[in-house]
Amino acid sequence: MASTITSPVSADDRVSARSLGARLLSRPEIGSLVGAAVILVFFVIAAPPFRDINNTGTILYQAALIGVMAVPVSLLMIGGEFDLSAGVAVTTSGLTAGIFAYQFSLNVWVGMLVALALSLSIGAFNGWLLMRTGLPSFLVTLGTFFILQGLNIAVTRLTSGAVASNSIGDMDGFGAAKAVFASEFKLGGVTIKIIIVWWIVFVAIAAWVLLKTQIGNWIFAAGGDAAAARAVGVPVKKVKIGLFMAVGFFAWFAGMQLLFVQNGVVQSGEGVGKEFLYIIAAVVGGCLLTGGYGSVVGGAVGALIFGMVQLGVVYAGWNPDWFKAFLGAMLLLATIVNLVVKNKAEAR
Amino acid sequence: MVRWHKKAGAAVAALALAAALAACSDSGGKQEEQSSGGSGGNVADTPRMKVALITHSGPGDTFWDIVRRGAEAAAKKDNIELQYSADPDGAAQANLVQTAIDSKVDGIAVTLNKPDAVIPNVKKAIAAGIPVTVLNGGLDQWKSSGALGYFGQDERIAGQATGDKLKQLGAKKVICVIHEQGNVSLEARCQGIKDKFGSVENVNVNGTDQPGTQATLTSKLQADKTADYVVALNAGIALTAVQAAKDAGSSAKIGSFDMSKEMAKAVSDGTVQFAVDQQPYLQGYLAIDAIWLYKTNGDTIGGGEATLTGPAFIDKSNIAAVQKYAEAGTR
Repeated sequence: MASTITSPVSADDRVSARSLGARLLSRPEIGSLVGAAVILVFFVIAAPPFRDINNTGTILYQAALIGVMAVPVSLLMIGGEFDLSAGVAVTTSGLTAGIFAYQFSLNVWVGMLVALALSLSIGAFNGWLLMRTGLPSFLVTLGTFFILQGLNIAVTRLTSGAVASNSIGDMDGFGAAKAVFASEFKLGGVTIKIIIVWWIVFVAIAAWVLLKTQIGNWIFAAGGDAAAARAVGVPVKKVKIGLFMAVGFFAWFAGMQLLFVQNGVVQSGEGVGKEFLYIIAAVVGGCLLTGGYGSVVGGAVGALIFGMVQLGVVYAGWNPDWFKAFLGAMLLLATIVNLVVKNKAEAR
Repeated sequence: MVRWHKKAGAAVAALALAAALAACSDSGGKQEEQSSGGSGGNVADTPRMKVALITHSGPGDTFWDIVRRGAEAAAKKDNIELQYSADPDGAAQANLVQTAIDSKVDGIAVTLNKPDAVIPNVKKAIAAGIPVTVLNGGLDQWKSSGALGYFGQDERIAGQATGDKLKQLGAKKVICVIHEQGNVSLEARCQGIKDKFGSVENVNVNGTDQPGTQATLTSKLQADKTADYVVALNAGIALTAVQAAKDAGSSAKIGSFDMSKEMAKAVSDGTVQFAVDQQPYLQGYLAIDAIWLYKTNGDTIGGGEATLTGPAFIDKSNIAAVQKYAEAGTR
């Protein structure tokens, strides 16, 4: 099952005779959706403030913080690789934009453009080195992880003399950029941060690319069995480098969110450990660590589960000493429900 | 494909350059930065020494950056070569102390926030004839380790003082934000507040994840409408709490521990009510200077007792005196 390279298009042909229910159940994200529903019901019962519709915006925001990066990380994982540098790459991007604009006293948008170019190059470098050397993605991206972590702190201190970047909050272009990346609006009494909207848009686009385009087929094929995919003419190298660059693009986006939500200041030590949250979201959402199977929507549901559990514990007002234990137990619960549903679906 | 890449690269570079030329910022940025010239005066003519400062700081932490600046200022004045190293892991920090012993430094300044892990090597250093000072953490353990002196605040006392302050300010229900779960100093601060104030609830957040912290605090304030004060234990978290209170539509006020450039601004414009300053610059400075005084004159600061560097309350009434130092990154 892990090595299946069946494209979704041909899968549609095969299941055309099956009922809608059966088709739904065979989707990779269905298990996580059930898991999410279980968690939701659990906290609606256990935590009264969880029921308040006005608090939905906060939960979605927490999910979106992980979810935006879970989009490319899910795609990358379906393509058979993962990226340990994704967490600090976000910080790198935020710092680059802030430091560049500040040091040269430029419009904020210029710094952002430089950061985008850098983020895409980091992704391209990861992908290129991986394809060039044939090393596992664990090693290559671990190297990048350490390099970026060190550069983040060293360059920040070199330029600002401290470990946080100088504030660009009063510079030209800040307001407009903040509106794009970190503004908020009211929707029927619920405060919605704009990143939630972006997240939904990104998930929709990525899901469409994965399921409806040739590139999507290539991603499944490259992650399922690279050699076989190459034999039938899939440009595996381009696909994988492209996927790493996609991680770069989203790291830039998340980095800009980080920069503009904090009044233009980024702490250089941030981001370590976030890469695991992105991978966790993808895996909880049904992506296989071995590649070739999974979905973008699943990654989004994984992020939602993580966000709900994290804030659910707070809303329930449980003793904070137990926080991590609750979190772990809930995630296990979600993944087990996920597994059971998936096995049931496959047994049909 | 290769040609396409080159073209795209060139296009991006050209675009960036063109935009850069047309896009200088009228406000802010380095051009507006004021140069804060602070010369340290004359340098001591005592023999050159090598002193290690070893903390439990994680990488990229503003508080520890200020400690280090204080230590560097003292080192410069005392003709000392300062070797700074840090590791949040107890065993790894202990190993750094061993490295300092191995490289035959003339003195060691160390934090004892993970006392059980680090003290055995502190004793080794003292046995090897290297004087040791303790800063920031380890108030209860520094004497038994055989160190020369202690420079820091008593976290419990600082917490209690904060509890009194909150009572004075008329607070009813306080949320105490712990940004590093399991850190003894932070627990002691919240416990101190509880000693004097009573109605305190702790919340754990991940201090190295600001957006996540903000969402957690927002949800806490949404869940608990009776909370009218949030006490953060470092400056970054306090500023995040300000945003969280706004997001939650809560009228809770914010108090905080520690200072920073941004914090000074927040106190002076009233978005943060008060900051409890433990003077990290002083901790770093004194821990190094004490070694120099001991080596050159046999002095011990504190006369065998801990030297407390805090708590000093900073609020709207006295922020003016502190702000310029905070701007320069030494408060």
